[in-house]
Amino acid sequence: MEDLGNKFLQVVVALAIFAAIIGLIMLIVDRAPKSIRDRVTIAGFLAPAAILLVVGMIWPAVQTTFLAFTDREGNVNGIENFVWMFTEPTALITLRNTVLWMVLVPILATGIGLVYAVIIDKARGERTLKALVFMPMAISMVGAGVIWRFIYAYKGPEQEQIGLLNQILVWFGGEPQQFLLDAPGNTFFLIAVMIWIQVGFAMVILSAAIKGIPAEIVEASRLDGASAWQQFKDITIPSIRGALVVVITTITIITLKVFDIVRTMTAGNYDTSVIANEMYTQAFRAGEPGRGAALALVLFLMVLPVVIYNARVLKQQRQIR
Amino acid sequence: MSSTPTIPPVPATPQPSDTPSAVEPPITRRVKQRLTSRGATIAAIIIATVWTIPTAGLLISSFRPEDNIQRNGWWNVFADFEVTLENYSDVLVPGGSQSPNLGDYFVNSLAIVIPATLIPLVIAAMAAYMFAWGKFRGKDTMFVFIFALQIIPLQMALIPLLRLFVNLQIGDVQLLPAGSYAQLWIAHTIFALPLAIFLLHNFIAEIPGEVIEAAKVDGAGHATIFWRIIIPLSVPALASYAIFQFLWVWNDLLVALVFSGGTPDVAPITQRLAELTGTRGSEWHRLTAGAFVSMVVPLLVFFGLQRYFVRGLLAGGLKG
Repeated sequence: MEDLGNKFLQVVVALAIFAAIIGLIMLIVDRAPKSIRDRVTIAGFLAPAAILLVVGMIWPAVQTTFLAFTDREGNVNGIENFVWMFTEPTALITLRNTVLWMVLVPILATGIGLVYAVIIDKARGERTLKALVFMPMAISMVGAGVIWRFIYAYKGPEQEQIGLLNQILVWFGGEPQQFLLDAPGNTFFLIAVMIWIQVGFAMVILSAAIKGIPAEIVEASRLDGASAWQQFKDITIPSIRGALVVVITTITIITLKVFDIVRTMTAGNYDTSVIANEMYTQAFRAGEPGRGAALALVLFLMVLPVVIYNARVLKQQRQIR
Repeated sequence: MSSTPTIPPVPATPQPSDTPSAVEPPITRRVKQRLTSRGATIAAIIIATVWTIPTAGLLISSFRPEDNIQRNGWWNVFADFEVTLENYSDVLVPGGSQSPNLGDYFVNSLAIVIPATLIPLVIAAMAAYMFAWGKFRGKDTMFVFIFALQIIPLQMALIPLLRLFVNLQIGDVQLLPAGSYAQLWIAHTIFALPLAIFLLHNFIAEIPGEVIEAAKVDGAGHATIFWRIIIPLSVPALASYAIFQFLWVWNDLLVALVFSGGTPDVAPITQRLAELTGTRGSEWHRLTAGAFVSMVVPLLVFFGLQRYFVRGLLAGGLKG
């Protein structure tokens, strides 16, 4: 109880200090002499964000870039860390897995989300059906990891299964499998978890886009006798192309940075590691900050083109609207 | 669940599956459209079921006694029906270092998430207001630059930021000691800013200029305008973003692992849960209940405020 009071006090004190700082800024802004008031105002309102971003994000990112070319003692070692990344067998598996994630998750999550959004459009109980699929977005990836570890749980063939997937295998006369231990299949079972999470996101965005298609177009095509498939192919898909691109690129970016799922389910063992997980392991567990920084840099370079493309599509869409 | 209240008898002749040709008699075409919609209904139900069952299975298991969980799967719950709250009391009630002690970590999560949502919200709103209504040189360039900062992944900042926190001391006193929430609050605030400023700016810039001009004529300064006009008018955007940030921080694992030090004094519930999966991966009675304890707050926020959440998503905000 004493502990609880202490934690509560920490929060209150922190918020009070923060309020005092902001209050002070406001006071200075309002009391500044007329001649410099405008400049003081601008500086006062921007300073907190600017200081935090420069000190906590821009400068660290620059440092990480330099760190990528150093060894564990901090001496410059040229491109050694990158040579390690692209030659060491375990590191290569990490890269291969990252590419697998990056290809499979966006395509499958967007595909399933799109199909679901189309078939539940205007269906009875649409809101409930949406909430059920969207729900995994709200919970943590750690929670999702526990949920799916339970689905994949393994017991010997002589015992009753407690994991649903193995039970289904047994019902169909198969042998129970160690889904998370056996490479390379285990990576796909991890990817399934990410798809389970991201379909909800794809579905919500695409559903909104579908509802934005003008009713006249849909009605006209129906009067022309277009089948459901023709409508989907010739009306729906072209009308929501922009939203599709945004969904795919956004999921790609999230997937590239995936960490929690791998950490919770296998900790990157059994050939399941990905770049974001390996970055953490190298930098904070193995005492190899140089390698960790190099992996972070590669992650950044992989995300970069996707983000730029995404931003351009978003901008185009805004202009059309 | 679908729009087919009555199901017509399926024609005896087998139907070729794809699109109907134009010469088909109208009657078969109508039947086929209903069939597609029936197939669609079934597909929708299958997807919804597959998406719900994993969570449902975990929830059911969390109420089953330990012996039952280990003996057979949760789908046997009706065969040997037995319900208990013991798993929950086991993970929540403090009981030495061997027990999960999730109660402590739950409090930590709350203590982390409240300042880590409020602080970036205020700082970002202030900056967004200046970018929307301030007049200074280089404003647009600076705004685009901050927007562009979103491309920097979290991972790029972690190592130097941790070193900075460790080295930040006056004399021998560390300003942000490892065993406190301060590092987590600040780290979350920093990583939240680019997206928050961008989203709030888009909203604040839409506020009619006359409102602000009128206040200026009445002699109000920027501070007054910000707190009396901008903040109240921006509540929908602030709420949307706050929900995002809240869920993001509550569900975070990476920032917690790097900055919390992992003690029961500071570490959030996600970190503890991840730890338990690593060390006691087969104690399903604890993991199932523990997972639900960690999920209950985001689920309440999600189902209670879904509309704001979706609105935020559609505004183009997604962090990662």
